[in-house]
Amino acid sequence: MLLTLTLMHEPAADLGYLLGKNPTRCQSFPLSFGQAHVFFPEVSPSRCTAALLLDIDPIGLVRNRRRPSGEGHSLQQYVNDRPYVASSFLSVALSQVFGSALGGRSRERPQLAETALPYEARLAVLPCRGGEGFLRRLFEPLGYNVAAQRHSLDPLFPEWGESPYYTVTLSGQCRLHDLLSHLYVLIPVLDNDKHYWVGDAEVEKLLHHGEGWLTAHPERENITRRYLKHRGELAKSALARIEQEESDDEESAPVEEVIEERARLNDVRLDAVQAALRESGAKRVLDLGCGEGKLLRALSRDPQFTEIVGVDVSPRALEIARLRLDRLPLDVQSRCRLLHGSLMYRDTRLSGFDAAAVVEVIEHLDPPRFSAFERVLFEFARPRAVVVTTPNVEYNVRFETLPAGSFRHKDHRFEWTRSQFQDWANGVARRFGYAVRFVAVGPEDEILGSPTQMGVFRQCPKN
Amino acid sequence: MNLILPELSLIALVGPSGCGKSTFARRHFKPTEILSSDFFRALVSDDENDQAASRDAFELLYAAAAKRLSRRLLTVIDATNLQRAARRQVLDLAKRFHYLSAAIVFNLPQEVCLDYDQRRPTRHVGPHVIRNHLNLLRQSLRGLEKEGFRHLYVLSSPEEVESAVVERRRLWVDRRDERGPFDIIGDVHGCREELVTLLCQLGYRVGPDLQVEPPSGRKAIFVGDLVDRGPDVPGVLRLVMGMVAAGTALCVVGNHDDKLLRKLNGRDVKVNHGLAESLAQMEGESDDFRERVRVFLEKLLGHYVLDDGKLIVAHAGLKEHLQGRASRRVRDFALYGETTGEVDESGLPVRLNWAADYRGRAMVVYGHTPVAQPEWLNHTINIDTGCVFGGRLTALRYPENEWVSVSSLRTYCDPGRPFLPSPIQLSAQLLADDMLDWSDVSGSRRIATRLMGEVTIRAENSTAALEVMSRFAADPRWLIYLPPTMSPCETSREPGLLEHPTEAFAYYRHQGVERVVCQEKHMGSRCVAIVCRNGDAARQTFGVEGETGILLTRTGRRFFDDVALEGALLARVRTALDAGNAWERWQTSWVCLDCELMPWSAKAQELLRHQYAAVGAASRAALAEVESVLKQTSERNREAAVLYERHRRRAEASELFTAAYRRYCWSTSSVADFKLAPFHLLATEGVVHVDKTHLWHMEELSRMGEVGEGLLLKTSFKIIEVSQESQIAEGVRWWQELTERGGEGMVVKPLDFSVRGKRGLVQPAVKCRGPEYLRIIYGPEYIEPEHLGRLRSRGLGAKRALALREFALGMEALERFVRREPLRRVHECCFAILALESEPVDPRL
Repeated sequence: MLLTLTLMHEPAADLGYLLGKNPTRCQSFPLSFGQAHVFFPEVSPSRCTAALLLDIDPIGLVRNRRRPSGEGHSLQQYVNDRPYVASSFLSVALSQVFGSALGGRSRERPQLAETALPYEARLAVLPCRGGEGFLRRLFEPLGYNVAAQRHSLDPLFPEWGESPYYTVTLSGQCRLHDLLSHLYVLIPVLDNDKHYWVGDAEVEKLLHHGEGWLTAHPERENITRRYLKHRGELAKSALARIEQEESDDEESAPVEEVIEERARLNDVRLDAVQAALRESGAKRVLDLGCGEGKLLRALSRDPQFTEIVGVDVSPRALEIARLRLDRLPLDVQSRCRLLHGSLMYRDTRLSGFDAAAVVEVIEHLDPPRFSAFERVLFEFARPRAVVVTTPNVEYNVRFETLPAGSFRHKDHRFEWTRSQFQDWANGVARRFGYAVRFVAVGPEDEILGSPTQMGVFRQCPKN
Repeated sequence: MNLILPELSLIALVGPSGCGKSTFARRHFKPTEILSSDFFRALVSDDENDQAASRDAFELLYAAAAKRLSRRLLTVIDATNLQRAARRQVLDLAKRFHYLSAAIVFNLPQEVCLDYDQRRPTRHVGPHVIRNHLNLLRQSLRGLEKEGFRHLYVLSSPEEVESAVVERRRLWVDRRDERGPFDIIGDVHGCREELVTLLCQLGYRVGPDLQVEPPSGRKAIFVGDLVDRGPDVPGVLRLVMGMVAAGTALCVVGNHDDKLLRKLNGRDVKVNHGLAESLAQMEGESDDFRERVRVFLEKLLGHYVLDDGKLIVAHAGLKEHLQGRASRRVRDFALYGETTGEVDESGLPVRLNWAADYRGRAMVVYGHTPVAQPEWLNHTINIDTGCVFGGRLTALRYPENEWVSVSSLRTYCDPGRPFLPSPIQLSAQLLADDMLDWSDVSGSRRIATRLMGEVTIRAENSTAALEVMSRFAADPRWLIYLPPTMSPCETSREPGLLEHPTEAFAYYRHQGVERVVCQEKHMGSRCVAIVCRNGDAARQTFGVEGETGILLTRTGRRFFDDVALEGALLARVRTALDAGNAWERWQTSWVCLDCELMPWSAKAQELLRHQYAAVGAASRAALAEVESVLKQTSERNREAAVLYERHRRRAEASELFTAAYRRYCWSTSSVADFKLAPFHLLATEGVVHVDKTHLWHMEELSRMGEVGEGLLLKTSFKIIEVSQESQIAEGVRWWQELTERGGEGMVVKPLDFSVRGKRGLVQPAVKCRGPEYLRIIYGPEYIEPEHLGRLRSRGLGAKRALALREFALGMEALERFVRREPLRRVHECCFAILALESEPVDPRL
């Protein structure tokens, strides 16, 4: 919320002309979210500092919001870092308070505005999601010297670790409007958030303020994606216009997929599951824990499956799955159904199917609830075939970005070794009258096995 | 002609078009009882004559009929029903719903039909159609009697149609108007001596001639199987026949009774399973007696519906959808129950346990399969305790629901399989409760509570709760209670304050509560502690193996992922309970405590890191710089001086905010670092302590606090008379002391746990938080007048309505649990609390 700009060039007081603000005064500007104050803490012949102080109304943030639901969750809190940190609020203030300077215009000193001068910009608190490395990767290619000091969360509780907040000083020889444009774009990129709805207009803003530097920036993809708040479609169109080349990434990739080398493994896994389902001869299949319906859509393209029912406990995931199903041809859609349900409750709607796929689901269940899940699936729903996949934890050491000892996803309650999975699966098969075989999914390592393990259960004929 | 029709009838009108069926139907039946093909044709095609629409029309008609039949409504199908296939449909539908079928045939002369058709105001079908219909009718009449209609009436002249009277009869099994009290007696199997002893114990007087006189107003009901195996079958029959004749007993038929009847009727039956004894004993009786027995047995029904439908008696039990209906299938089920078709190692049929899936409202009392002792399961009870096999003869007293047993004098017959199993591991209810059903929690639900009547849960809230319950909650067998949300007191107008005790006292004063208890509000995390004395207690009470208790969060999650830590904490509580002699004092082997668990930082790590400490760090760093540049500027600039002053205060607020959250944080490296403050002794064996005062709760809990090994924290409290100024001032002072010492604040509760005021249930508690604590809730700078003024407008209505509903549901869950009701009945209450928690309510209240 505090930005200071220092010009070290005689006469330094020209900074006042460049910003269009009188260095002897302290001016205030009303903004929709509070007030901006501009004043000059230091005015000497060789050094002049202008300060932009945002006084954001913390109660107004919560109470005066008119926004589409689901946007900007952090703004529902009174206990909020927004009033104290540099964020998209600061970008808005820059464009409103220093609009001319940001546009490279200066009535009194037009030439100075077009001249590269020694500037220093200091942000009292800047949230850097992605750490100091990312901060440097953003500003250093633009020719700045970066000095950053990180703040701990609470010096009294060192065990809580560091905060994401840095005090950042950028210094370099540049034109004022370049400096302001860089800040305008990169502050929300570092914060990785925006206080307002990101729509098509944001693409224009990015291209406008990124003109002349974004195309050549080595982090342009990250900048674009974060600036557009990971809205895949928008980022795609912006990148296309920046680079005039296609980017093949769907949506913002969740952590698990990044770790598993993008979506590759996921595709391999779905292929393996589909193959196992095909092989079982199943016509009517359940996709238990269908999530957003990727497997569902894959199966729907296969005419062998005449009825495909996706079940998930998350109404949100089902909503997305529904939207995606709606894009399929009608005859394909008519073979698919979605049900809101839980694997913890016996459910007659799940009875009478030929096969069930339980893909990357069991590791999200608490072990004490396993007995309920096993009975719901193998005793009551009792499909003739069941395909279960789960991560093979032994393989985790092969994922470079995954810290040792942590799971591939935050919600994983466990990840099993091959023998743990096989012990469980064999036990289930014995207790409920199934035979099970195991399939390695993904590139197989001689010692570690494959990244995903799959158990294919078949009901034993009744004697 | 009198047309006698049972209440559960599906009636087909049969006759050509234009013979007056609809007119007849309108005269004798309610409009809603008549499903007319003309009406459905019009419904689907706008034209009641459009024969092309018949297919669709009948599809709807039969679907409507099916809905009515499942709801036990008499239904008339007003169509020509001249084709055998059409009548077949009607018969199949009746069979599917265990209805009695009836046909009323309009066999009128051709000229009458033609005349009717001519005189119809709206439409004429024409003579050729009528002649064709009459042909079909003549063909139909030939075989109609054999088609399977239970009642068949043929009206052969306009006069007969005119004079016909419809007489509705109740089903034989329907004895709703008999409301007891009853003594329901299990399988007697010829054990006359034991029966007489049991009747005497129940207060019946039995004469030497086996004439029985019941205690005033009571009636006996026999669940069947009077005969076979035992020593005095004729004696038992004589006694029961006498009682039934005298109207002092009812008796339903058992499979053995039925088989004896078939034998007496001269049918070829296999003489086994004790039938030989019956036959041998009957040999010595007169022909007249044998004939009376035959007639008696022939008249026995498969089941009875009693006491306004609240009680069902059937020999082998009866599923809900068969109750109060009449068909071969219903009778078979009542006689034999359901079997898998397989036999066990003793060669006896493997039975399906229908009671495990029973969801009906009516209590079902039955026998048939000997059990070691009667056990409740889903509102059903088997009272056959195997007298003839050397067990006992048992009677269930209704509506008292107590049972009375007499031991058998000796083993008259060797049971095919042991029915007296070694010590029972788990109750039948706990065994059956291993699995919950989706249909028991999904959709819009209405839950009856003792404290508040019906609580409605909207479907979208159930949907949200299903996800939370499935993904995060602990084993549902431990979820016997979830704490209600708590509303703050009304907003204070005092300068610099949002909450103040005056408003809390005023609330209760207005509700007519005289005395309240103020309890120190601990700042930790809400925790429900269920502690069992040992593993056996956990197994027998909760059906959970290998655990001895649990610590739950307010949303039903396991408090700690670390099993060892949870175990160590539970062990400490258990030791305190041992030392306080709690198990004997409360006569229980388990307790359910409502507590606060400290420190806050133990559970709120994520929140602290991402929100509280983060905001503290950001605000301290930012405001320190702001303060310094403004100071620098204000030396030259007076305008900046104002800003400087303002931001100096903001910097102070940020320090105070940091101090506020730090008070509730400390590192926890071992069990010794935790504190548990119990404040409600919610429930123990058989009792929910909702009828006690909070003083009682505080005193009882303090007994264990003294020996809590440093874990247990006492809750300080103060009782205040809310109508006395001096006492109010005292309460305010107490609150000020608490909050100035850094306490969160206090909770004010009526002295009684649950209080009904002028407008229903009163808030069980309101909280009154201190100004420094509220920085954690409303942000570091909320006290600034410009902010406080806006924050004062906050609505408590939704929060309070939720608090009451959740309180009622929580108590209901506990009450159902201590009554040993099925798990789904307890679970639906806790599920509903979670569902209500998904209602959008200002989270700061």
